[in-house]
Amino acid sequence: MTFEEIQQLLQSEFNNLTLEVSNQESQAQINVPAQSMIEIIGFLKSNKSTFFDLLSCITGIDNGKEAGNIDIIYHLYSIPFEHALIIKTSIQRGTPPEHPPSIDSISAIYQSANWHEREIFDFFGVIFNHHPDLRRILLPNDWQGYPLRKDYKEQEYYRGIKVDNNFTSETNN
Amino acid sequence: MQNNAVQYIYNPENLDQSDPLYTNINNLKSHEMVINIGPQHPSTHGVLRLEVVMDGEIVTNVIPHMGYLHRCFEKHAENLPYPQIIPFVDRLDYLAAMNSEHIYAMGVEKMLGISEEISTRTEYIRVLVAELNRLSSHFLGIGAYAMDMGSFTPFLWLMRDREHINRMLEWVSGARMLYNYIWIGGLYYDLPVGFEERCKEFTVYLKPKLTELKQLVVDNKIFINRTANIGVLPLDLAINSGVTGPMLRASGLRFDLRKVDAYSVYPKLDFDIPIGEGKMGQLGDCWDRTFVRIEECWQSIRIIEQCIEQLTNDHKRTRSFNPQASIPKKIRPPKVDFYFRGESPKGELGFFFRHNSNFDIPYRCKVRAPSFCNLSVLPAISKNIMLADLIAILGSIDIVMGEVDR
Repeated sequence: MTFEEIQQLLQSEFNNLTLEVSNQESQAQINVPAQSMIEIIGFLKSNKSTFFDLLSCITGIDNGKEAGNIDIIYHLYSIPFEHALIIKTSIQRGTPPEHPPSIDSISAIYQSANWHEREIFDFFGVIFNHHPDLRRILLPNDWQGYPLRKDYKEQEYYRGIKVDNNFTSETNN
Repeated sequence: MQNNAVQYIYNPENLDQSDPLYTNINNLKSHEMVINIGPQHPSTHGVLRLEVVMDGEIVTNVIPHMGYLHRCFEKHAENLPYPQIIPFVDRLDYLAAMNSEHIYAMGVEKMLGISEEISTRTEYIRVLVAELNRLSSHFLGIGAYAMDMGSFTPFLWLMRDREHINRMLEWVSGARMLYNYIWIGGLYYDLPVGFEERCKEFTVYLKPKLTELKQLVVDNKIFINRTANIGVLPLDLAINSGVTGPMLRASGLRFDLRKVDAYSVYPKLDFDIPIGEGKMGQLGDCWDRTFVRIEECWQSIRIIEQCIEQLTNDHKRTRSFNPQASIPKKIRPPKVDFYFRGESPKGELGFFFRHNSNFDIPYRCKVRAPSFCNLSVLPAISKNIMLADLIAILGSIDIVMGEVDR
């Protein structure tokens, strides 16, 4: 199926939602509201004419304080039909760990989402509801802050070791 | 020097575990125990730590802990111009740096819209070096795996053959493993004079060695007994878990991005996609995965031969050929999101870029690492097996921790 056909199929299935299309100049994305994202992805996977069986990648992007949201982008691919689809959803940026942003987990639909979502939790502080095992994955468990957020500041000390990435100037002193 | 002489402040709290056990030890049954494998253990293939819950000799649960080799690639990439990210890309999958570079460079070229300007000779050289590197990556994968399974000879033989590839790629680029050879829009240099002949000699040398390797590893009775019917990965689980590359093909699906996406000059080349057939045991077991890797080595040799054929005939070395001719002086991508994927030796390697500034620095550069996704299936296929088989399964996934941890 072409992108337009998938878009029409989605629009007719979810006719109470407005599905915008963005990024048309290179790889078109369908913008989906966060609360119905799980339904839409579940539909795309189970529908016989789309059958997106492979979740390639989930990307989190922090748009910074001014925009105030985090984009989560899902790259779906269908091995039998050889078509791909990009689903984008935006959520409020929040201030983790006190007021973290949250979105539903799709790890019940795709097992591969499990680790991708843990990675996004690790780097952006996004809480995935109903995730089976939401722990940090690449950073140490007791690391403070979420490094890929645009307002990230390194913690000063980590276990008594000074966190300092500006060591060249200090060794010159 | 005096003002920062204190590097470490002693505090008992600092001795707590930074990556605590997932299993609650108090809830264990009386016959269960937790065994910690790694991060410094030769059979975890790098700094991977496995928390294994055991019932006697039977593994009941495996929880991988990683991040020991995390080098903040994505954070660094947000502060670097596109050409300067290439050395970092090398260090993701450090065993197959050419493949990663090739995919990265093609991704940026596609985003810039200059992929048509790349000369065919450049593309053939790229595919040639990438396939050489795929061979060397599979050699290390198979060799280390055979060593895990208790045979030492294949490892030494494969290291000997891999040394040829390392020296050839050193001749091309000046480095043995981390090349920075494929640039956005071209190459660092043309191939050195005499490389094509050396490459031809090498393929002649390698073919009998591969036959030997097949006899020594996958036809070996001990190896078969050790790996057949172990770690069976069913196809639906493989796809659902995002497994790609030789692991997915060993489960019986003919899915190779070189054919599916038909990028670079791969559509002009003639090669097959080997898949697992379950010859020695069940489809998708550890034996099949090794078998697929060895068969892929043959296909890589076929591709190399065809590239050499093209590079010595239709796209011959000329005085006027400048591999840096179409390297963009200014990299100004449009403000878009762009995802590009390609087949690295481990599977689908994808790069996601978001560009929204007028400079040549990406706003976000995300890597979809094949080893990361392949490793995530480990807990699912290592339930109720023997501990020794866990090592067999882990080795057959062929992970590179540089890519898992990024």
